[in-house]
Amino acid sequence: MARCQRCHTPLIFPRGQAVARVVALSLTILILMIAAVFFPFLTLEAGGFRNSATLIDAATAFDEGWLIPLSGLVAAFILILPAIRTGALLYALMPLLAARPPARYAAMAMRIANRIRPWAMAEIFVVGMVVALVKIVELASVTPGPAFWAFCGLVAITVLKDTYMCRWSIWNSLAPPR
Amino acid sequence: MEQPRPAALTARRAGLVACTRCTRVQAPAARCERCNAPLASRAALGLQRVWAWMMAGIILYIPANTLPMLRTSTLGSAEESTIVGGIIDLVLYGSYFVAIVVFVASVLIPVLKFVAIGYLALSLKHRVPISAHQRLQLYEVVEFIGRWSMIDVFVVAILSALVQLGFVASVNPGPAAACFALSVVFTMLAAQSFDPRLIWDAIEEDQ
Repeated sequence: MARCQRCHTPLIFPRGQAVARVVALSLTILILMIAAVFFPFLTLEAGGFRNSATLIDAATAFDEGWLIPLSGLVAAFILILPAIRTGALLYALMPLLAARPPARYAAMAMRIANRIRPWAMAEIFVVGMVVALVKIVELASVTPGPAFWAFCGLVAITVLKDTYMCRWSIWNSLAPPR
Repeated sequence: MEQPRPAALTARRAGLVACTRCTRVQAPAARCERCNAPLASRAALGLQRVWAWMMAGIILYIPANTLPMLRTSTLGSAEESTIVGGIIDLVLYGSYFVAIVVFVASVLIPVLKFVAIGYLALSLKHRVPISAHQRLQLYEVVEFIGRWSMIDVFVVAILSALVQLGFVASVNPGPAAACFALSVVFTMLAAQSFDPRLIWDAIEEDQ
């Protein structure tokens, strides 16, 4: 492992299976994402009343007046940007696995994936879920649905993938240094 | 902590530029030869963008705290709570751990972030007691931790989507949610506009 001689931050991890791992984990994330969007997310019951919410309901909860743009922001943070990021990584790296030359816009896709990384906030949403559950568990009974577990799984795998991802090795596989 | 370091040859002194997106080191150009990202040896306009985004973040942080974040109505009686009010409610329920999580995410991190970014920006022009290495670590912490402030916005989103039982109980978002979300976005942009390479330039001038 190469480290910066000034601040000792690891710079380069062995290339090894870097690309294969990122592709495998990204595919898993994509499948879990589909499950997380379409299955019920949480169900609330209190005093004989019952309400079920999907992830899309949570993303579009800001539905009054000038709060509406906030729904777009939340949907981008928890669903759209993570999906774009995963798709862009797959587009850039899949051909490399098949030992083909990189796709036409591979470099652009890779750059977009890196650029939006701080704005994909699925893991923060999970902590928000826990806080929300603690807040209402006193008042009503809440049952997590399949989407809840799919979302937790997809966040865990995203964190794993980002830990494995070595920018330097992956960029060098896309365009070798001269 | 501060061990003597070998004098490093920097890209800038070698007349080269490293791309901050794809790591390639190359001759100066407008865009990176590999990934086509805008290329600059140091952030253009220096600290102006940092200050501008941070001011916007601080200004929005005020209504985020004074306006209501949540509107709760149970059996006909309505109640509004601010960020700090919500934390106090959690303490009264006895959920100390969650109260601490929300306090750290919504109050501590934003305020410390304003202070830290301001401090880092001022440290480039003025002498400060903290070494360059520690300032770089401070920058990395600020950049890593800023997005976690968004927790409270997501809590409001989940509660408003889930607690919709008509007359029995319903939760709706308040205007503070939008102010707070924008404040977090602006401070994230402030941290991203700060170019950490400027910290190292200062020590090179000292040597």
